[in-house]
Amino acid sequence: MGYDAKFRVWRGDAEGGDFQNYTVEVNEGEVVLDIIHRLQATQAPDLAVRWNCKAGKCGSCSAEINGRPKLMCMARMSTFTPDETITVTPMRTFPVIRDLVTDVSYNYTKARQVPSFAPPANLKPGDYRMAQVDVERSQEFRKCIECFLCQNVCHVIRDHEENKESYSGPRFLMRISELDMHPLDTLDRKEMAQEDHGLGFCNITKCCTEVCPEHIKITDNALIPLKERVADVKYDPMFSVASLFRRNKTN
Amino acid sequence: MTEIERHSYDVIVIGAGGAGLRAAIEARSQGMRTAIICKSLFGKAHTVMAEGGIAAAMGNVNSKDNWEVHFCDTMRGGKFLNSWRMAELHAKEAPDRVWELETYGALFDRTADGRISQRNFGGHEYPRLAHVGDRTGLELIRTLQQKIVSLQQEDERETGDPEANLKVFAEVTITELLKDGDAISGAFGYYRESGRFVVFDAPAVILATGGIGKSFKVTSNSWEYTGDGHALAMRAGATLVNMEFIQFHPTGMVWPPSVKGILVTESVRGDGGVLRNSDGKRFMFNYVPDVFRDKYAKTEDEADRWYTDPEHNLRPPELLPRDEVARAINSEVKAGRGSPAGGVFLDVSTRLPAEEIRRRLPSMYHQFKELADVDITAQPMEVGPTCHYVMGGVEVDPDTAAAKVPGLFAVGEVSGGMHGSNRLGGNSLSDLLVFGRRAGVGATAYVGGLGAKRPTVSDESIDSAASEALAPFKSEVAENPYSLHMELQQSMNDLVGIIRRADEVQAALDKLETLKAREKLVAVEGHRQFNPGWHLALDLKNMLMVSECVARAALMREESRGGHTRDDFPGMNPEWRKVNLICSIDGDSDTVSVEKQPLASMRPDLLALFDRHELSKYMTDEELTALPEEDS
Repeated sequence: MGYDAKFRVWRGDAEGGDFQNYTVEVNEGEVVLDIIHRLQATQAPDLAVRWNCKAGKCGSCSAEINGRPKLMCMARMSTFTPDETITVTPMRTFPVIRDLVTDVSYNYTKARQVPSFAPPANLKPGDYRMAQVDVERSQEFRKCIECFLCQNVCHVIRDHEENKESYSGPRFLMRISELDMHPLDTLDRKEMAQEDHGLGFCNITKCCTEVCPEHIKITDNALIPLKERVADVKYDPMFSVASLFRRNKTN
Repeated sequence: MTEIERHSYDVIVIGAGGAGLRAAIEARSQGMRTAIICKSLFGKAHTVMAEGGIAAAMGNVNSKDNWEVHFCDTMRGGKFLNSWRMAELHAKEAPDRVWELETYGALFDRTADGRISQRNFGGHEYPRLAHVGDRTGLELIRTLQQKIVSLQQEDERETGDPEANLKVFAEVTITELLKDGDAISGAFGYYRESGRFVVFDAPAVILATGGIGKSFKVTSNSWEYTGDGHALAMRAGATLVNMEFIQFHPTGMVWPPSVKGILVTESVRGDGGVLRNSDGKRFMFNYVPDVFRDKYAKTEDEADRWYTDPEHNLRPPELLPRDEVARAINSEVKAGRGSPAGGVFLDVSTRLPAEEIRRRLPSMYHQFKELADVDITAQPMEVGPTCHYVMGGVEVDPDTAAAKVPGLFAVGEVSGGMHGSNRLGGNSLSDLLVFGRRAGVGATAYVGGLGAKRPTVSDESIDSAASEALAPFKSEVAENPYSLHMELQQSMNDLVGIIRRADEVQAALDKLETLKAREKLVAVEGHRQFNPGWHLALDLKNMLMVSECVARAALMREESRGGHTRDDFPGMNPEWRKVNLICSIDGDSDTVSVEKQPLASMRPDLLALFDRHELSKYMTDEELTALPEEDS
């Protein structure tokens, strides 16, 4: 049942910091976030951490646990052995504010750069008609809880600060794909995906899909189809073969 | 004193859940320079937790549905204690508010003919809830968030600055409302990130801060639900109504301990899930109260037929309003027929094919699999009541959401009256939208009416708010805010919980007095930069004040109705239906007083929607005699 676990938690701020070791009680059925809360209540009252729902629905408590990007509320302690030291660090891709809290404003800036849903001008509220099968594709992407783990793990920006300017990351490329697949959206979003949001940077290593706590197939269902549609109008080394094939077929 | 960052707006909205965002969208669209202030990151509000759907009588699935039926269901659910005017506006306007979301980009589940699909829910006569699987709250938040972004894009095109007319201040906590004489002049708060103070000069403040669940030990609510708006309003001189009514959602997770209280959506029951005790018996058939007896099935066969043929069968008793189901589960557990972890069994695995369960209830499947290692397509869930929603809140004008204090508005869970003594599932998300919009309109009209004569923020009020906020750093006798919080939660849970008795509520009030004294001695370590101990110390004051409102009102109301069950006064008393309990504080005092106030009598055309037989269950003989003769 209960045991004492060894935790290494990164403590510090933008100036720098280091790991601190804690020995802390663990009970049956607990998750990493419970242990962080116990540390706050008993040993480190000023340990900074973001959290809200504790049920994997709000996407606030993202961190790296033993190097793996995860939601702390969904990381069950039973997946570790009692003698294992558990290391908790803030997300690496974003600047640290304090302890486990990072500055994720990059994501809000990028969100604002994606042109909003543009319905047909003459369509009145209440008159929208869409088939379930047609909304389901975008609905999958709207399951996103904006935990930004996909952004955190994406190697295009994880260790390349310089790419942040021209690359919006999997979360917002998926948002473009979502709008592109919306049955009633009127904008052509292919050009902007490539030109303004850096779709070409993505070389489909699927790291984003692997860490998604909502199990959204970001790469297969959002990014690759978007690349394919861009390839129809534009050259992309990844898809030149595919587009050639398609041209042959239509000819 | 040191220079404090200041911002000036026409309207500030405190809270960025569904109500706050809808209010901000309206205020900005009506030409107000608007700021949204939220304790968390933008898009993380507790609204994301709402699962089931948005109640709106669009009649897409059953064309018999209309606003009158929705209104009657709402009044019935609230046991006729609702503000009838709010219930009327809500039922009439909810469909437009839902359709509007589609123009913002929302993607609801569809009917076969391509319209918005609607699902069954407890207390609603027809399938009425617009939904997206079981993650409707997330869809609502994301849709409103994206609408805000689109308004900011508009402003950027026109002015070059996306935040010219609508700006989000994330991770900022407001600790005090500021006043000039009787009227609101702004708000004082701090950035959670840096601990720096910030002052907002604004003639209109819309409170949209949500509920108070964090005063209870077992709750579905997140850390933000510390009753801030309730307490801010009281300290500013406004009143609270219906505070004794707390909804315990019947189905929260009971295992593992760390997730105890987290919600299991009512859709599980709407889609066929049934409740069983440890004897395997569907016990809800034994708990149908008289007022609902002719609306619910008497046998399992009839109840089961209802899912496919609702026209010719009565609905299963698992779909009674939440207060009834929560009390029934409580009774079964107390009688020793509970599950191993102290709840009852909620089973959908024997009712629907596994594939269907995963399609209809994806988040529930996911939640149980990942948090409890339970496969709901193969085994039953264990569930029990959890503190979910406070019906009570700031007393407001139904049409404009204005509180008693000029310039103060309240909307969503922090407002009171709409849901009476018990809220129906699905009526919360629609409440947020209907009254969010109305608050935006109301605040705009108020600010417009002020002209150039705007209230101003005084230096003294800033100094006093600042020293109050810093008090926890100066204390020498150390009280730990975390321990105090745990004691408060235990006390409220045990003594002012789902079943109440005079002596226990009195014991809670005694405990609250000692906690209030100790709260003044709370000390925090570290500095002001992102310091959760300090944040909790400041929230604690609000939780204590709101808990006292709940306990005092609960002690005074000597009957059982909706979200208030008195073991020593079982049953509804028609005399008490005519009474609202109003909480206030006097000036700087921290003692809550409660007064009785008569309910406004319902407009005759609305009253005529109910038959006399039904009204006789709720009204006094005197009221019944005064009713016009019924047409035969």
